[in-house]
Amino acid sequence: MTLLEIDSLSLHFRRYDRLFRHVEVEALGAISLALEAGEVLAVVGASGSGKSLLAHAILGILPKNAVLRGSLWFDGRPLDGTAQAALCGRRIGLVPQSVSYLDPLARNGDQLRWAALRAGRSQRDATRLAQPALQAMGLDPAIARDFPHSLSGGMARRLAMAIATIGEADLILADEPTNGLDPDNAARVLDRLAGFARRGKGVMLITHDLVGALPYADRVAILDGGRLIDVEPASAFSGRGDGLRSAYARALWRALPQNDFSLPEALHHA
Amino acid sequence: MQPWPRFIAFRIVRLALVLIAVALVAFALAKMSPVDPINAYLGPDIAKVGPEQRALIAAEWGLDQPVGVQFTKWLGNLLAGDLGWSVTYNAPVAEVIGTRFRTSLVLMGLAWIFSGLFGFALGIAAGAWQGGWADRLIRVYAYVLASTPTFWIAILLLMVFSVSLGWTPVCCAGPVGVLPEDVTLVERIRHLILPLAALSILGIAQIALHTRAKMIEIMRSDYVLYAQAQGASRLDIALRHGARNAALPAITVLFASLGELFGGSVLAEQVFAYPGLGRATIEAGIRGDVPLLLAITLFTTLFVSTGNTIADALYRLVDPRMADPDAVQGAAP
Ligand SMILES: Nc1ncnc2c1ncn2[C@@H]1O[C@H](COP(=O)(O)OP(=O)(O)O)[C@@H](O)[C@H]1O
Ligand SMILES: [Mg+2]
Repeated sequence: MTLLEIDSLSLHFRRYDRLFRHVEVEALGAISLALEAGEVLAVVGASGSGKSLLAHAILGILPKNAVLRGSLWFDGRPLDGTAQAALCGRRIGLVPQSVSYLDPLARNGDQLRWAALRAGRSQRDATRLAQPALQAMGLDPAIARDFPHSLSGGMARRLAMAIATIGEADLILADEPTNGLDPDNAARVLDRLAGFARRGKGVMLITHDLVGALPYADRVAILDGGRLIDVEPASAFSGRGDGLRSAYARALWRALPQNDFSLPEALHHA
Repeated sequence: MQPWPRFIAFRIVRLALVLIAVALVAFALAKMSPVDPINAYLGPDIAKVGPEQRALIAAEWGLDQPVGVQFTKWLGNLLAGDLGWSVTYNAPVAEVIGTRFRTSLVLMGLAWIFSGLFGFALGIAAGAWQGGWADRLIRVYAYVLASTPTFWIAILLLMVFSVSLGWTPVCCAGPVGVLPEDVTLVERIRHLILPLAALSILGIAQIALHTRAKMIEIMRSDYVLYAQAQGASRLDIALRHGARNAALPAITVLFASLGELFGGSVLAEQVFAYPGLGRATIEAGIRGDVPLLLAITLFTTLFVSTGNTIADALYRLVDPRMADPDAVQGAAP
């Protein structure tokens, strides 16, 4: 079942050039992409390639000067502003890209409860659900009384995953969930995300680490400079990458250190 | 982050140094001013007193001594708890300050609380709905009033509500001719309304502007973006994240504004002839009542410095990152 469909989505930032003239700077260009329920779709791109903006466009939390064109569909219905307001926090959850997305002055447990309330739960349910939600992410329920500054990077990510899923979201957008984590903690976070997909949710795994994402991803979308280069099955990233359809993906794969740095050659052939 | 005992000790030492410095400057200013304390004391009787009698008074008050000796003697008396005698009120200075401050405290305390509550609420609303009609209204209110002198507001209020409409009394803390202890609570409140309004209007505007600026900054933060991604409404964000994160700066500004509050009360009390410490300050100045003036100066310094120290202490208490010395270590990934 197609959970999310992105149809020729483009995003521009309006900028005032001179006094009255404004120009539009492209941030995302004509992106078409679908995400199935039960799959992990990795969105891979360098820093500044527009990965976070793509997630924010889906959630409807873009800055005021952003101009969005094209269309979004969620579960077969148009995902417009009204639908976003109704679905965000309920059926679509975000795992943000840094700890600064947690309120520094609010207790961890409160932030989790608020997410449940925002998802339409009652006060009682929100309180009741908080503890199991933390435990499901391998967190000690005692951290509910602490403030975000006392969490490690890995714990903060897992708290964010608890926040993203406490409303029983069907689609999880995870923005660089392993950034700054050591391999052990990164594996724990990715394992849990893959677990969501096995239970039928759709997971968009946004990352700049192609190799780290491959064992968990079903498909890989490559983003470069705001453009979608290609979507390849994760299994095609193996050996010399001969199964990869696009030259760019092949070049990217072969340029990795463990794949003998064959960048110049690959580009020449491409 | 220094531990609490060091923080408190440091503050006490600093306060003592500030008080000594202020005492020195205030004393020097009083000595250099053209006001002659003996003339001020004699008032209309000045013509009847000959030079011998003047010398006698001067010797009695120690005015014939060198300035340094006078200062140390005054400081010594001060430390011993003797603030001197107020010729204006014909009572000990400590007693004058005590009764006057109690009267002012009601006025300043209420104005302070109103400024905090209403200013904070207005600032949060204006910042959360930036550019909306409430924001525009609050902004006009705050900018106009923040740039209007207190005495002008006070005179305007007096003209409209007391003179033209006759709703509120023209002066004082109670009806003329009634002893202060016989004034009823209703009368007290009736006499308090206008000075309180004059003083609060300005305080509210200031806190509202500060809170609005902080709130706009908060609305651009990552955690508000995250709350929006969770489907939080603007009201939800304003109450849960806005009020929480704007509270610290607002409290700090509120405590740090005690000086302005005191300055405002001097003017408001003068316009409404409200018998508080502010009015006593002006009386003491006009009458050349040096002991009272010096004591009020020191008292005000103590008052304002304590306010600033409380602001800093609250900041430490409320912000978990500042209260927890392990915070930096715990934040490691
Ligand atoms: N509010 C904005 N105004 C203008 N440009 C922006 C704005 N936000 C992001 N951008 C630009 O869009 C590009 C993509 O940003 P982002 O999606 O955050 O990249 P990343 O792939 O690292 O997550 C960046 O080059 C960034 O400078
Ligand atoms: Mg990003």
